[in-house]
Amino acid sequence: MSEITAEQVAHLANLARIALTDEEIEHLTTELGQIMHAVEQVSAVATPEVPPTSHPIPMQNVFRDDVVGDSVLSVDEALSGAPESDGSRFKVSAILGEEQ
Amino acid sequence: MARAELMDFDKALELFEPVIGLEVHVELNTATKMFSSAPNPANSQFHDAAPNTLTTPVCLGLPGSLPVVNGEAVKYSISLGLALGCSIAPSSRFARKNYFYPDLAKNYQISQYDEPIAFDGEVEVELENGRTFTVPIERAHMEEDAGKLTHVGGSTGRIQGAEYSLVDYNRAGVPLVEIVTRPIFGGEADTPALARAYVSTIRDIVLSLGISEARMERGNLRCDANVSLRPRGQEKLGTRTETKNVNSMRSVERAVRYEIQRQAAILAGGGTITQETRHWHEDTGATSAGRPKSDADDYRYFPEPDLLPVVPSNELIDTLRAALPEPPAVRRRRLKGDWGFTDLEFQDVANSGLLIELEATVKAGATPAAARKWWTGEIARLANAADRDASGLVSPEHVAELSKLVDAGTLTDRLARQVLEGVIAGEGSPQQVIDARGLAVVSDDGALIAAIDEALASQPDVLAKIRDGKVQAAGAVIGAVMKAMQGKADAARVRELVLERAGQGA
Repeated sequence: MSEITAEQVAHLANLARIALTDEEIEHLTTELGQIMHAVEQVSAVATPEVPPTSHPIPMQNVFRDDVVGDSVLSVDEALSGAPESDGSRFKVSAILGEEQ
Repeated sequence: MARAELMDFDKALELFEPVIGLEVHVELNTATKMFSSAPNPANSQFHDAAPNTLTTPVCLGLPGSLPVVNGEAVKYSISLGLALGCSIAPSSRFARKNYFYPDLAKNYQISQYDEPIAFDGEVEVELENGRTFTVPIERAHMEEDAGKLTHVGGSTGRIQGAEYSLVDYNRAGVPLVEIVTRPIFGGEADTPALARAYVSTIRDIVLSLGISEARMERGNLRCDANVSLRPRGQEKLGTRTETKNVNSMRSVERAVRYEIQRQAAILAGGGTITQETRHWHEDTGATSAGRPKSDADDYRYFPEPDLLPVVPSNELIDTLRAALPEPPAVRRRRLKGDWGFTDLEFQDVANSGLLIELEATVKAGATPAAARKWWTGEIARLANAADRDASGLVSPEHVAELSKLVDAGTLTDRLARQVLEGVIAGEGSPQQVIDARGLAVVSDDGALIAAIDEALASQPDVLAKIRDGKVQAAGAVIGAVMKAMQGKADAARVRELVLERAGQGA
């Protein structure tokens, strides 16, 4: 049984750009640990002969035709949920680090 | 930015063996995006769209929106995989690459991770000096492009100093195929040229497949170059750097060469290479340190639960395989035969990476000789001067039109060069430039004869010499007439008319 550590939670929070207090980290470490344990019960049932599955329904090849659809948004619609914009582009606060 | 110390290239090669790995991203030119029915800005129909006018809720990662795979993009990807000599995966799936950065609103990029659609291929690449290399391909996988950020404020637009960033999601979701090579050994002193030739070959392949506009300056084709050095005789690979933002063929070659020289200087001085992303600067011809590889590279890939596996049928793969264009190496041999160039002439064209442009120019009506003359001559010269790739400067159709106008006597070579400059400056087609700038040859014999008579009258000694049979004396008159016509006359016709007029007086 692998344990979730406070360091792992802090690392995840950093990746997700979420600032957490020590109390929150401690709280989440316990909660995530419980979730992990629940998930690990599945591992106990799954034998090596059972391949991992990424989808519950055995479907494949669901494709779309290469045709422009009718859900294309206008600039105003696209920006309607943005906290800030310059009228045509989303405005976000200064970004530290580099593009991916 | 402090200028890095560089070691002489030959010296670096003596001490170290360069090993490179190349990642090329190809934007597909399908009508719509990879996972959404939004128009695709990498398709020429939608090039110039205003910011955030090519989005759907899927592109913006709005709650409740779901991706659906573009079937055409899958076919394009399979064709590309086959053209790269890859095996096509009987079943492949998408994965989420998780990272928090505003160029993708979902906070993850849909990519492929453990099950790429194509793998284990190889590409034959021919260098300028005639050497051929087989570049091993590890994989080609499908993914989506990210949006475009513009950093505003702070010092000189550097990201660290930015006060805020503006985001345009038009490019978010554009279908991409990322082609990853295995480490390429044995390039030695040809390594920079090999990198360039490889990217050029990929460009030839996607253009002949018709699956991408492949314009590097537009970002349709982008190359990240991994470079590492190992001391001669050492088995273990050195630490590599990954240079991004390399967006012309010339830069690919220059960036690889620069990294070899920079790393060699550090290693020879007893230093170590930091594994990091580096940025190529076209203007200074140097790379600068970017983000070090770190915790942030923990992308926590997992299978994309919103999408189903792609399981192409054998029939589909066979159909696409049968429709593949001839491989670049085969095409070279055919074109060489068709055009009747000498080895040297053909090598000249092939080296400049302009075979596709030449072929299109010939198809549009120019003679092979004229097409070669324009592309490897004046256009290459202008491209060099502007530090750009010749292929992006002017369309083959316009070059063919120009060439035909010269053949028809509408333009002299000199005028045609002026027209070309106008076309490159975006003033329209050759005919439009001629009309706008009034550049056509004066083909009205009346106007020419008037100028000739005037010149002959003012140079009676020349007239006498011509009448004495000293035909070469006509040069002075022809010169005067060309000057009077501001160069817009066909010198051969002027000469004919001068002799005719001088003779008539006899």
